This record gives sequence, C-alpha cells and structure tokens, in this order.
Amino acid sequence: MSAIKLTIDGKELEVAAGTTILQAARELGIDLPTLCHDPELPPNGACRLCVVEVEKAKSLVASCVTPAAPGMVVHTESERVVRVRRSILSLLIANHPLVCITCEQTGSCKLQDYCYRYSVTENEYVGETKELPLDSSNAFFVRDMTKCILCGICVGKCQEIAGAGAIDFTMRGFITNVGPAYEDKIEDSTCVFCGLCIDSCPVGALVPKALIGKGRPWQVEKTKTICPYCGVGCGIYLQTRDNEVINVRPDFDSPVNRGHLCARGKFGWDYLQSKERLTTPLIRSEEVFVAVGWEEAFGLIVDNLKEIRSSFGPAALMGLCSPKASNEESYIFQKLFRSLGSNNVDSYSRHCHAPAVEGMTRAFGGAAMTNSMEELVSAEAIFLIEADPLKTHPIIGYRIREAIRQGTCLIAAQSEDTGLSDIASYYLQIKSGSAVALANAFAAVILEENLYNPKFINKRTEGFAAYSSSLGPEVVRRSLELTGINEEQLRSAARAFATANSAAIVSTAGGVAQEGGSLLVTALANLALLTGNLGRENCGLYLPYSENNLQGSADMGTLPALLTGYQPLREKTVRDHFSRAWKVELSEQPGLSAAALFSGYGNKTVKAMLVMGENPAACGEHREAVTEVLRNLNFLVVQEMFMTETAMLADVILPAAGFAEKMGTYTNVERRVQLNRAAIVPPGDARPDWAILTELAGRLGFKWEYESPEDISTEIAALTPQYAGISYERIGAKGLQWPCPHSEHPGSKYLYEGRFQRGLGLFTPISMDDQAKLLFSYEENRSAGKKTLCNCLSDSMRNRSVISKL
Amino acid sequence: MDSIGCQCIEESYSELEPFIAQYAGQQTALITVLHKIQETLGFVPYDLQVKVADTLGVPISEVYGVITFYAFFSLKPKGKYNVSVCKGTACYVRGAPKVLTALEKELGIKPGDTTDDGNFSLEVVYCLGACGLSPVMTVNKDVHARLKQERIPKILAQYGE
Repeated sequence: MSAIKLTIDGKELEVAAGTTILQAARELGIDLPTLCHDPELPPNGACRLCVVEVEKAKSLVASCVTPAAPGMVVHTESERVVRVRRSILSLLIANHPLVCITCEQTGSCKLQDYCYRYSVTENEYVGETKELPLDSSNAFFVRDMTKCILCGICVGKCQEIAGAGAIDFTMRGFITNVGPAYEDKIEDSTCVFCGLCIDSCPVGALVPKALIGKGRPWQVEKTKTICPYCGVGCGIYLQTRDNEVINVRPDFDSPVNRGHLCARGKFGWDYLQSKERLTTPLIRSEEVFVAVGWEEAFGLIVDNLKEIRSSFGPAALMGLCSPKASNEESYIFQKLFRSLGSNNVDSYSRHCHAPAVEGMTRAFGGAAMTNSMEELVSAEAIFLIEADPLKTHPIIGYRIREAIRQGTCLIAAQSEDTGLSDIASYYLQIKSGSAVALANAFAAVILEENLYNPKFINKRTEGFAAYSSSLGPEVVRRSLELTGINEEQLRSAARAFATANSAAIVSTAGGVAQEGGSLLVTALANLALLTGNLGRENCGLYLPYSENNLQGSADMGTLPALLTGYQPLREKTVRDHFSRAWKVELSEQPGLSAAALFSGYGNKTVKAMLVMGENPAACGEHREAVTEVLRNLNFLVVQEMFMTETAMLADVILPAAGFAEKMGTYTNVERRVQLNRAAIVPPGDARPDWAILTELAGRLGFKWEYESPEDISTEIAALTPQYAGISYERIGAKGLQWPCPHSEHPGSKYLYEGRFQRGLGLFTPISMDDQAKLLFSYEENRSAGKKTLCNCLSDSMRNRSVISKL
Repeated sequence: MDSIGCQCIEESYSELEPFIAQYAGQQTALITVLHKIQETLGFVPYDLQVKVADTLGVPISEVYGVITFYAFFSLKPKGKYNVSVCKGTACYVRGAPKVLTALEKELGIKPGDTTDDGNFSLEVVYCLGACGLSPVMTVNKDVHARLKQERIPKILAQYGE
C-alpha cells in the first residue's frame, strides 16, 4: 500500500491508500461530527454531517465514504461546511421531539451535542412530524421511534454483528422507520435482547427500562469491571448512582468484547438489587433460620470446625468453591482447607466441564482453550461441532460471524440448527450423538487423501502409528451410517478443513458436557494434531467454559490433587514449597473430588463442609443424592447471596457480596486475567468472600495478613509460575494472558508454541464401538447436555433477574 | 395486470415454489425472487415472504424492508384497476395533492390499499415521465392528463363495472 499525502485544516499527514478523509482527520485528532458512522460497520454516508470541503472539488463531500487522495486539501470547519451542517441538523430536529428535559440520553446525545456545537435551535424549519407508537412491549428496553434519526447503526449491529436480523429499515421517504417486519413489537421479532442497538444509538430512541428516571450521565458513576456470567469475560462499565446499579454499558476498548455484549451482560445484573439478597448471617435454630451478628456466626463455625477436625481428623472437612469466585478467593479457599490439613477442595459446577479437562489434559497435558477468541476472526477455516455459541457464548458467535464476513470457511456439524447453520459454507446435519464419529471420519478422510501434516506429526506428536491404523476405510463407511450424512458432504468438508492454512475447532458445552464428551474432545484434539493446527496463531482447539472464572478457579488449585498452576500435590518438592510459603504442614493424602463425594464414596468420611457460592443441591441430574449427602453432614456452612436450595440445608449461612461489590481478578476462557472492580457496597452486613475467608482463617489460628485482594494476588504470583508476571498494576485495562512467567512478559495469546505441556502431543485412537454406543446413550441424556444462555450455577443469579424472562 | 384475477393461485404457487427453491442460501437473490413473485401474483403474499426469508437465509425484517421500500412491490393484491397518481414535482405544484384527496374520497381508500370489492387499488408514484401533462395519473395502462379533482368521479366511472 502506497502512502498518500494530504492536508487537513492546514496540517499535512500521510495515510495508507484506502483511508477515508474521516479516518485521516481523526488521526489528527480532529473531531468531525458523525451520526451514522460506526467503526465496525461499512460506511453508509447517510447522515451527511461529516461533509468537508475539498479544494477544487465541485461540492462538499461526505468524509466517511471519500478516500483520501494525493495532494488533497481539506477544510473540515469552513464556513460552507458549517452552513451545511447547520441545515442538516435543523432538518433533523424539525422532525425530532425536543423533549430533552426528560430524555434519558440528555448529556450523551450526539444530536444534542452537535446542535449545541453549531448553535442550532428548534425554529428553523416547521413541518410534519412522525407519529409512531412507543414500543414498550418487552421487559428490557423501550423503543421510541419518534426520536430515531435513521442513522442505521442499530440495523447494522443487529444484522451484521449479532446476526439476529430483528430490525431493518421499513417503508420509504418521510415514513421510513426502523423496526421489525410488519411493524411488529420488538418482543415478537427475532430480537435476542443483546442490547447492541441500545449502546450504539446516538440519540435517545432506545432506552433500557431499568435506567428510566434513575440518573443522568453526569450524575452516574462508571466503574470498569467484568461481566459475571460466562467464561468470555466481557469488559463492562457498571453505571451506578446512590449505591445502586442502574445500567451496564459494554467496554468498547476491551480486547475481549470490543463493545459487544449479550442479554446477560447487558440486562442480567439486576439480581444484585434483588429483595431476596441475604443481608445478615443466619444460623439454624431447629427448623428456622435466625439472624445473628458475624461474631456469633464465626464463633459457631470455628467451634464446630475445630471439634469435627479433632474428633474425625482433617479429612472430615471439605470445601466446595464456586467458579464464580475470584482468583484471590479461590486461592485462599483452597489454602484454608489445605492449611487445616484437608485436600478435599473442589467445585461441583466444574463437573460439566470435566470431559473437556480430561480430554485436553490427555492430549496436551493442559486444560485450557489453546488460542484467543480474537484469532477466530483470522482463521481460514472454523470447524464448529455440536455448538451454538450465539446462545452459549455470544461473543464467540459474533467473532465467527465476523470471520465469515471476511471470508473464513465455516464448517458446521450440528444435530440441531443454530444461528450459524445458515451462513456455514459446509453445513453437515448430523444425527445427535454422532459428533465423535464425524470427527473421526474427518481424520480418516484426511489420512486417506494425504491431507495431514507429517512435519508437525513427526516433530510434535506421539502415538500416530496406533492412531492412523485405527482409521481404516471402514471408519468412513460406518461414520456415514452413524452421522447420516453422505460421503460427498463428508469428504468436501474434511478437505476444506484440512487444506486451510489455519483451522480452528470450536465446540461448546452442548457438545462436550455430556456422556462421551471426553471422547469428543479426544477426537477433536486428534484432528488438530493431525493437521498441525496447534501452537500457532489463528487455529487451535476452542472449548470455552460456561462460568466466568472456571478457568481461574482451576488455575488457583481448587482441585483435590493440584495446587495453583496445576502443580501436583503428590510431588514432595511442590508440597514443601507451599508448606514453606504458607508456614503450615501440607497433607499428602489426596483430596476427595466433588463427584466422588456426591456419588457416595465420601459421605462417610466428610462431616463438615463449607460451600462458597455453589448450589450443588439444585445442579445436575443427581440433585436428590446431593441433597442427601448435604443433609447427612454434621455441619454445613454456606456463603451465599441468596437462600438457595443448598443454603436451605446449612447450619450457618454467611451473606456474601456480589461481583459488583468486591475487587478481584477473573481469568477468562482465553486465560486472560482481568480486574474486577467494586462499584457499590454490599447490602446490609454482606461481605466479600475473600474478607469472610480471611477473617475465618484468622479465627482458626492462621496468620494471614491480607488487607486487600491485591495482597492475595501478590502471593498467587509468587507461587504460580503461569501467573508470576501478573500483578494488578500490570493487568491494566486489557488484562494479561497466562502463561506470563515474569514481570516483563507480555502474556501469551496462544499456547504450546514449540512444546506441549506434556512434551509431545498425544494421539489417542477411539474405537468404533465406543462411537456407536454414544449414539444410543445420547438420546437419553440430551436434556442434561443442552445448554443455552442459562446454566445451573448462574441460575441463582439469573432467576432473580429480568433475563429470566428470555 | 389482466393475469391477476383469473390465474389460479395454486398454479402460480406451483411455479413459484421451485423458483424460490433454486435460490436457497443466496441472500443476494432477494430482489430477483421478490420480482418474480410480484410479477406472477401482482403482490407478495405473507406466506411467500416467510418462505423467501427462510429459503434465502435473509431475516424477515429485511424482506419486509425491501418490499416496503420499492414501489414496485406490493404487500396486498392490487385491484383490477391500479390507479397510480403522480406526486412528482411538476404534478405536485399543479395540484396532485387535490387529485389524490379526491381519489381517496371517491374510492374510500388510502394509497397502498385496495377497495373491498377488489376493483381499485391506489398508489402514489414519483414521476411518470409526463410532466407536460401534469397533473397526471394512470389507471392500468391508460393515461389521464391535466387532471382536475372534479373530473375524478367521471374517470373512475369508466372502470366502474
């Protein structure tokens, strides 16, 4: 690209060919007014407000659609330009209700700001005005189309980014409007309530209901923090006033979500202000709970834990830690139990993801998504298998849509249609339960047609011989029976995957969190190894977790047999290292897992439990058995925000702070450690979990000196190689991706460059019989594996939020 | 326009359905497909709008947006006689609004609608290319020039039965 020299407002600059005048002017810091321009949508030159005067040009040009040309001399605020801008604004407000006194957008309305800038008042033109009914049909936001200036940004976001296609321009001329087909209410359209339209509307046409009457932009405090729902970890700004959250806006500078959100992030925060919040410690007195002070609650807990520990031994204590707890909280949670001599620490909510962890650990030695979400956009091919990211992890869905717009080939193998099926280059409608067979058949075709990557296989993997011999021609034949697709479909899709220079594989909870899930993960890992799509950019295996800190919680060692950074407890050097740092003796007796506890093996030894922010009694298929185990305990403490099914079984309930009420870090699915900041104070006597644990540890005789989560994070960095270079100071606005081994390290976008965690990547053959069995067992377990925007752990939040209406 | 009333709808559908099907997944074929439906049926019925949206993979909001944007497309069946009143600049200044009001009064419908008996539909167009004859309107292929509101009832009466 050759550089172009031009002059804007007397300043010379050089820009790359293809740069628009608007972009060039903005590079110079010139604030050109725009209404219809959005950096991520194709420019449409509709509002004309960005017109500039170009010397020797016949007329004014719209800078957003006019490329800079060599020698151009541009004036952005000439008298002529200003005159035209004033006319445009006058025409706009001639048909715009000037109800700025009560309009929620006042203070952040672009139309208002530009009218102010160019001294445009209301009386220049008088004519007809639009009369359109207010659409207040849904629980989330109000659409007042009389205020709409037809910039079209919401249409672009809805169609291009979210792919919901709920709205478009309708009619023509004066009566042009933006809305669903047939003037339907937005509730009756395909709207998914992601809120992308709301947060990009330049005027006050789209307003969240929760915000109405609650505060003007200048009265509102904005706190940058992280969405507490799924593992994507979107950057959000909490807007608060008088200790109340009134709105959430996306962080447009976040490398994770780039200004995008889904309904959960945009609207799902209102549970924080639920009347059901627990605001005081509660102790069970016969069949009722009695409110008590912290002193009494702590006293009771300490007495019981000490007594049970001395009567039954330390292994009688067990802790379940929520994958919604921060890294700092997860870390001190397991530290507390291990300090008490028990390695019984786990998370029950993790069991949905156990297959992913198992499969990935076997193949690579580590269990994290190998590459970053942003890399999906640049992948040449994406193999999406039994996943509906637009529902489960919408940001990943948006990225895949974006990739397709840029020419990525999407191969979608689904047993049910998803929002991405229609736009896939290859759509393989497979029978449910046949995903493993399909992945294996891909490998068989790739081997047979010599499309694999021998260089990668020789250098980076082991087990290839056994694997390749398991993939004879009969594999293809039987897979066709199992999947129900035809051979041509299979071969062409497999070729498209194998011949791409970089191909990513994506599956989500719907695919892997069910019986046979670890087989699917193994099959997919095999496929990635076979084609060398690992250890470099824009490829890899994506199995995103469903909870905001599921990755971090595991990183922090809330696992029975692993300390922070997956350091094995069984190794004496590891135990000694932690013993010295913590100044306690660590037991080498392996801990009990949540699965083992609830399946009945453990309930004879475990007598007392602390459950921090989990609700196992309402989670999964084995609810009754879980409840029975919890009921039979001698003593149960629950740290919770709400009276959950699990809390109902407790002897002591401690009221916990929500995400917006405490500081801490979360690690998202791409291993990005991000800082969560407190925006409000917790209700009543509720306290952050880290403060509760620290206090409890002190009363149990441990000398912890944490005054803030940041103190804890320093200790984490010192004991966790992957986190060694991560500090609050370094995390900054963009976060840091582990491994980040030292304080100069920029973080790691993708894993396994040059070496897998286990050394060589391991191929594991999958027998045809196992695949066939899956097909039958799948049908029965279908509902268990099916995931939408909601999932069991988030339900205690979601059920108390407006998003439960989705 | 003669074809609308007499051609059997079922026959048209059996022709249109394979036509739509051949554009499966082709979002860019939207206008081509709508064009064919409009030409065959004289309008684009709701069920075919949904079918087009599903088959081509285009949101229904976009299908509706396109139909309501282009004057060529119609959401409702047009009448036996389609009255197109020009509201282009020349016709406008020479009295088209009055002509339109008279038509609305006489037919009892607004532009975009069809009379209950299916005889007349009314639409506004912007320039028929006959500014010298303004104000002007067409009824199917007949051109009526230099209109005055008083003449409207008489003109319509020619098509009455």
